Amino acid sequence: MIPAAFEYYRPKDMAGVLAVLEEHGDDARVLAGGHSLIPMMKLRMAEVPHLIDLQDVAGLTGITIENGTVRLGTMTTQATMIDDAALLAAAPIMREAALQIADPQVRYMGTVGGNVANGDPGNDMPGLMQCLDATFHLVGPDGDRDVAAREFYEAAYMTDREDDEVLVAVSFPAPEGGYAYEKQKRKIGDYATAAAAVQITKENGVCATASIAMTNLSDTPIYSEEAGEALIGTSVDEAAVEAAVAAMLGDIDPTEDNRGPIEFKRHAAAVILRRAIARAWSRA
Amino acid sequence: MKDDVTREERVDALGGMGCKRKRVEDARFTQGKGNYVDDIKLDGMMFADFVRSPYAHARIKSINIDAAMALDGVAAVLTAEDLKPLNLTWMPTLAGDKQMVLADGKVLFQGQEVAFVVAKDRYIAADAVELVEVEYEELPVITDPFEALKSDVVLREDTVDENGTAVDGAHGPRGHHNHIFKWEMGDEPATNEVMDDAEVVAEETMYYHRTHPCPLETCGSVASMDKVNGKLTLWGTFQAPHVVRTVASLLSGIEEHNIRVVSPDIGGGFGNKVGVYPGYVCSIVASIVTGKPVKWVEDRMENLMSTAFARDYWMKGKISATKDGKITGLHCHVTADHGAFDACADPSKFPAGFMNICTGSYDIPVAYLGVDGVYTNKAPGGVSYRCSFRVTEAVYFIERMIEVLAIELNMDPAELRMKNFIKKEQFPYQAALGWEYDSGDYHTAWEKALKAVDYEGLRAEQAQRVEDFKAGKTRKLMGVGLTFFTEIVGAGPVKNCDILGMGMFDSCEIRIHPTGSAIARLGTISQGQGHATTFAQILATEIGLPADSITIEEGDTDTAPYGLGTYGSRSTPVAGAATALAGRKIRAKAQMIAAYLLEVHDDDVEFDVDRFVVKGAPEKFKTMKEIAYAAYNQAIPGVEPGLEAVSYYDPPNMTYPFGAYVCVMDIDVDTGVTDIRRFYALDDCGTRINPMIIDGQIHGGLTEALAVALGQEIAYDSLGNVKTGTLMDFFLPTAWEVPNYETDFTVTPSPHHPIGAKGVGESPHVGGVPCFSNAVNDAFKAFGLRHTHMPHDHWRIWKTANDLGLHG
Repeated sequence: MIPAAFEYYRPKDMAGVLAVLEEHGDDARVLAGGHSLIPMMKLRMAEVPHLIDLQDVAGLTGITIENGTVRLGTMTTQATMIDDAALLAAAPIMREAALQIADPQVRYMGTVGGNVANGDPGNDMPGLMQCLDATFHLVGPDGDRDVAAREFYEAAYMTDREDDEVLVAVSFPAPEGGYAYEKQKRKIGDYATAAAAVQITKENGVCATASIAMTNLSDTPIYSEEAGEALIGTSVDEAAVEAAVAAMLGDIDPTEDNRGPIEFKRHAAAVILRRAIARAWSRA
Repeated sequence: MKDDVTREERVDALGGMGCKRKRVEDARFTQGKGNYVDDIKLDGMMFADFVRSPYAHARIKSINIDAAMALDGVAAVLTAEDLKPLNLTWMPTLAGDKQMVLADGKVLFQGQEVAFVVAKDRYIAADAVELVEVEYEELPVITDPFEALKSDVVLREDTVDENGTAVDGAHGPRGHHNHIFKWEMGDEPATNEVMDDAEVVAEETMYYHRTHPCPLETCGSVASMDKVNGKLTLWGTFQAPHVVRTVASLLSGIEEHNIRVVSPDIGGGFGNKVGVYPGYVCSIVASIVTGKPVKWVEDRMENLMSTAFARDYWMKGKISATKDGKITGLHCHVTADHGAFDACADPSKFPAGFMNICTGSYDIPVAYLGVDGVYTNKAPGGVSYRCSFRVTEAVYFIERMIEVLAIELNMDPAELRMKNFIKKEQFPYQAALGWEYDSGDYHTAWEKALKAVDYEGLRAEQAQRVEDFKAGKTRKLMGVGLTFFTEIVGAGPVKNCDILGMGMFDSCEIRIHPTGSAIARLGTISQGQGHATTFAQILATEIGLPADSITIEEGDTDTAPYGLGTYGSRSTPVAGAATALAGRKIRAKAQMIAAYLLEVHDDDVEFDVDRFVVKGAPEKFKTMKEIAYAAYNQAIPGVEPGLEAVSYYDPPNMTYPFGAYVCVMDIDVDTGVTDIRRFYALDDCGTRINPMIIDGQIHGGLTEALAVALGQEIAYDSLGNVKTGTLMDFFLPTAWEVPNYETDFTVTPSPHHPIGAKGVGESPHVGGVPCFSNAVNDAFKAFGLRHTHMPHDHWRIWKTANDLGLHG
């Protein structure tokens, strides 16, 4: 658990970050909270000769809510998400999900940007961002660029972000209606065996909109559009829920690991989604 | 002399046995001021790191160290070739086997030590590890002990002669080249006869999975060879520092007086730090080679992958009874997976530890135990993880067999236990597999436990839950886990207990200072048990000086008396007895001094709390403080100056703590998630020295039991790769996963122990594992389940439910 030697950079602004990235290409990585990257470096599974710490870069933290849009700076920690009253009012699912990430010590360090940009299928925020139809804001040598969370993930640890780009913020429309983030894990600090993010709106007793995303059940987060559609226009009765579950099961592709065989994970995914839908609908 | 304080106040002022004295160790531990091996820093100290095998079984074709040696700051790279001239390529294990220090031509498990890199700092050492080029030729891997016993593949080439015939092992003939030993106790023909004629026989096979003690502090050592005065100092994570000194002397040829072994603060042991590891040996060799102090400290993955594991027992049982539930016989056969080397830490004559305590708390007239030890391509070990030697396995076995028999008899398992307990008047009780239980009152404890939890009410609630489940009103089942355990601790009598020939006595040496304070040194070593607190309490009561005025010191072989160390709940039963007896020697001399000072005959004074008083005249007394001063400063005819004593204690028997545990668990049938609603633990550890430390021990032991029962395992894939090598996958519970524990007690003192104490540190683990497991099994009993293997993690519970058709 001793990393190979690396150069450490701590620029004050984004220009400084981009300059190092430009000079060293994929030999350089940015460091946010460090809870994914540093263990990988210590295990020597990630060799990062040039490590750029973002913590002194101005303007990367904070939560703003304006005109119905929630924006989180990339260095906003999970602890901040849990404590922020305005975020709780605007998007309560964020707090419910953040409370299920790792443990308090990790949440003081772990950031939204690190969580979504690393591309680890075990991370909770990517699925949540897909559920909320978030937009990721990137900067690079050629300027700014926005990517939809639902288009961002390509494979495990592979995303649409270029090596010389930095994810600086995420934003999403403040969600309406009921919500739930349901997660099964073996213990505190564990990645999900299965997790579901659900947002539902209700009009006249009928589901008007529904958005469903699943975590750690494929090599990327899974936004299951069909699962959401299965609920729309229904009273979210048993048949509709089962249709949503069936659609979700058609979209996920879990692998066997120490959390269990594929058969179990598919079963757990179905149970977790049913519970998430029920809770979200009860809050809608 | 006037005395204003009452006797009761004088007792309180001592802080002696029975009081909830706060742990004196915690001031430094809670402030980060402990002194662990990795805190030791010496001038010019070098750091070492291992090159380890990525393969579970492979021939080593070549090792090239040139690139590593060329790295700036690298002092040495040791391989097996370097150890050959010292005859240290292999080292003896505590189990009578031998183990490679560095890979000698082949590797036998993933993570095995291949080369030892010594460098200026640990960063350079880690870089150099990557530069050592090892060429391997993969060999067939065996991770299953049953396959090992059938396979033509010879794992250990030293087990066969030139004709390929298996040669005898340390415990007799081998049945096969991958077979280590066969150990048998009891009477097999008589047991079979009882089984054949029995009215009811229940059979079950259970796998007690491989797990690991996983102490918070990993293993490590610092060796410093002083070439000027010829003295070697070795600091390390040793649960038995004196044994390490003797072994180090025997292996190195350095005379024992020139070796000083120090166990500083130890961050948990749980059996993991009893044995001798290649890192210790290599750090010594490296210090001799480089002439500098050398530190080796392993990381978490190395600790989990390569140091001593626990359990890995396949246990096949048969239990017979009359129709009305009187047990008539027990048959147990174990296939024990020891990995690549038999490095299990047991007394030498007990290759399966005290597995023969597997008749449990029950009066079973005839029994048989057979254990076959087997080599596989897994890490060596087989230590007692928070239990006396293999007692956790034994208690798990009998407490599961009782449950299975209850199903066979269609009898309530609490009633079945009650019906078969050894009765109070039967003690000392001679068990069928050889042990003599010292004392017990099982019926009283069991009745108290069942009443405390309202056992009948729990069963009624459970029956209703089953009805509700069948009616589709709930998806949660309820399990009531029962366990009544008897431990066997305090190893042990020198006549049958030794480690590498060294008898398992222990010791205490006391020096009273002139001003009435004291230092006591013991042959044991605390790893978090609170010895500095509890041993001072024993002494306070025995010698009448306040516990706060007594320093307890352990772990430095240059100063402490020889002892066999701390494991198997032996510190209080053995060293605690030595402490009490050394205290009594102090008191005997103090009596003579007091009598002289009071100008009466020795027999005319008597000890009273903190003083000797003249019989019948309590106003005439000398306090122990006054006596201590006089011992050093007053010429007393016929009495040597000073007040010191030493005692070596060879216990006449083991001690047998026992307890009654009940776990109430809710299980989500759809996710396999368990929720422990209630856990009640009644422990009888004999005389209670510090109730607060006892509670702490019980909480800790139960938490490790919960871990093992519900998910903690070292798992391998078919290629021998460790699948659970980090704390992401290896379950170490946090406060979040731990339920509230209710503790309770009865007191049945040990009749042969000077203060009646029996030991408690391991009871909760021994009793806890079957209790959690029985709760899971019990939850599904109404749906036809007899037995499901641990660990009961989510997916395995889900699978149990699925196999029973509970998912529709």
